Amino acid sequence: MDALMLARAQFALTIAFHYIFPPLSIGLGVILVIMEGRYLQTKNELYHRMTRFWVKVFGLIFALGVATGIVMEFQFGTNWSTYSRYVGDVFGSALAAEGVFAFFLESCFLALLLFGWNKVGPKMHFFSTIMVAFGAHFSAVWIIVANSWQQTPVGHHIVAEGGRVRAEVVDFWQVVFNPSTLDRLSHALMGAWQAGAFLVISVSAFYLLRKKHQEFAKASMKIALVVAAFASIMQLWTGHSSAATVAETQPAKLAAFEAHFENDEPAALWLFGWVNEAEQEVNFGIAIPGLTSLLTHGDSKAPLTGLNAFPEDERPPVNIVFQAYHLMVAVGFGLILLAFGGLVLCWRGILFQARWLLWVLVFSVVGPQIANQFGWLAAEVGRQPWIVYGLLKTSEAYSPTVTSGEIMASLAMFTVIYLLLFALFIYLLNEKIQHGPVDEAIIDKGVRP
Amino acid sequence: MNFTFDLNTIWFLLVGVLLTGYAILDGFDLGVGALHLFAKKDLDRRTMINTIGPVWDGNEVWLVTGGGALFAAFPEVYATAFSGFYLALMLLLLGLIFRAVAIEFRSKRESRRWRQSWDVSFSVSSILSSLLIGVALGNIVWGMELGADFEYAGSFLALLKPYPLLVGLTTVALFTMHGAIYVLLKTEGELQAQVRGWVNRTIVVFVVCYTLTTIATLIFVPHMLDLFHVYPVLLILPLLNVLAVANIPREIHHRRDFRAFLSSSASVAALLALFGVGMYPDLIYSNPIVANSLTIYNAASSPKTLTIMLIIAGIGMPLVLGYTSLIYWIFRGKVKIDSNSY
Repeated sequence: MDALMLARAQFALTIAFHYIFPPLSIGLGVILVIMEGRYLQTKNELYHRMTRFWVKVFGLIFALGVATGIVMEFQFGTNWSTYSRYVGDVFGSALAAEGVFAFFLESCFLALLLFGWNKVGPKMHFFSTIMVAFGAHFSAVWIIVANSWQQTPVGHHIVAEGGRVRAEVVDFWQVVFNPSTLDRLSHALMGAWQAGAFLVISVSAFYLLRKKHQEFAKASMKIALVVAAFASIMQLWTGHSSAATVAETQPAKLAAFEAHFENDEPAALWLFGWVNEAEQEVNFGIAIPGLTSLLTHGDSKAPLTGLNAFPEDERPPVNIVFQAYHLMVAVGFGLILLAFGGLVLCWRGILFQARWLLWVLVFSVVGPQIANQFGWLAAEVGRQPWIVYGLLKTSEAYSPTVTSGEIMASLAMFTVIYLLLFALFIYLLNEKIQHGPVDEAIIDKGVRP
Repeated sequence: MNFTFDLNTIWFLLVGVLLTGYAILDGFDLGVGALHLFAKKDLDRRTMINTIGPVWDGNEVWLVTGGGALFAAFPEVYATAFSGFYLALMLLLLGLIFRAVAIEFRSKRESRRWRQSWDVSFSVSSILSSLLIGVALGNIVWGMELGADFEYAGSFLALLKPYPLLVGLTTVALFTMHGAIYVLLKTEGELQAQVRGWVNRTIVVFVVCYTLTTIATLIFVPHMLDLFHVYPVLLILPLLNVLAVANIPREIHHRRDFRAFLSSSASVAALLALFGVGMYPDLIYSNPIVANSLTIYNAASSPKTLTIMLIIAGIGMPLVLGYTSLIYWIFRGKVKIDSNSY
């Protein structure tokens, strides 16, 4: 493989692995705020025990998010130096703002969240929990601002000086609120809430099946089901809104989502299928004619830009984008069904006996992970061949001085470390879950469980 | 080159402040890592890790934010340095990842082999990270072989010259001393007595490295003295630096540990101030073709972006200082291991 493909493979590996953790912290952060809020409100020790347990899980997830996150910040410079020179004036500000506004907030109050139980009062501790959750969301805001600018760049102008070309900021707020920021932010945040909620649901379902910590599991499950149901149904709206914006601002990407080749024709919506890119057709699939046109333009006859409207070297790879997008959508609908199914059964008081559903819920934790990973894959591969849509191609953006041998070495290093970290993460998470929530008596004595 | 107080210079100073904040804060927790294996008892090692438990993560954010600020204010420097130091930075990432997870994982299991493995990773990765940061600074001072396109034209091995390696060792020595003094503040009893023995040795090692680096800089890197020729008043900085360093053993001798810690923090700050004054207005010195150096002018973002970033820093940094101080205040005093500890 050449240096470009290796650099892309390394970015894909490191961002995909990193992206397991921040959505979990964002979602779990919200749930912690609810649990600890309930504790302050009701003074019920059960909520205190729940908060304690999930804070420990949060700490583990957060540590891995930090360890893998610093790799991302370095990588723009190490592997994409031409990109960094080109976008630094615009993109760098968002990254710096993320550090100044979000990371410091998160990490300082995390100290109180994890270690502050006996150092500060309950209200101050609750405040810290809110600040950590807020910081996690705020960090998502800035990184999605940066990413959205790559997708729908506005608020800048191109300056050529001394043989060097770069984008410079003209209007900061236009950069921040570029056409796709709000859609992508709301969509990613709801995905994160789903990730956190289904983790809690999964562990609680496991306890219920094992008839352990039942009171704890029931109370955790109820809170998480409400969050999961809310976030899942919101995805219909944020997902729809995102797709409509993509249709308007990145027509090649939308055309790839639905394998829509013919230009200026109404577009069908495929339920599934396999794209034959050479023949420009979808095999083994079922399509609903005109539905994509209807969803994006409110008219099933509305003509949509097809992939053929773009020169061949400006089209994204279609089948990968198509499959990733459809997998995300399918899992998304599955999660809506699960969350509402669980909620209804819970409301009717029969969820905790419905063992088959509890088993499904145990495995539901991977659902949001799949949807989040493949959603991003569709969004980022759908942007190709551009690294900054319409301005700079990925093939021109990498570091010219870094050799393929060097990237091969670092890629091998990350592969090995991340496999190890993933195994350790699962192992320690499992230990925590098997160990379960600790009794108040032990917590109060200050003995390490 | 004269000193001009413009937007670019302000950003030079601000990036310097972030790096200094990083060196003072993460400096001591990297130093605790370097000393970790010298503690032999399990409880002592656990205590060592928990001295930095609530703060190490926030300390590392100074590096992340410093990197972000460099990207935003001087994208050419970010791009050149990060791609030029490729393998070194990958090793630094390896170090930072293992440090983070070692702290988190170490006390999660009772097994001796488990704990020993993470103790070794914590210590080795802390030393490796300090060394690499120092070697990178040494190269920036010595000069990197930059082309007219500002890309690094040398090899990885060319980064391992004696001068940068000496700066790397000095950084390890500095952080180890700084960390040892910090542990004095946070521990008591037997462990503290043991650490007190280490402190004097770390001071000796640091002073030797510090002297060698100073001599090497005066002889081999004369461009670091340019601004001192123009503004002799700046010579107060090396004087303050020497005084701060000399004050450390004095305070330790009188068992005024907190004042010793302030002194070693001041030494770190003065060393970085000397580095800044020596470099100004260069950000990466190009060697041998000096004309290709990256300066605060040819490497900077537009005035518009620098202004926006200044507003962001103006709003953000007071908040950061506020809650950082709050955390250090709340977690002041000696470390006690409890059910929440690492």
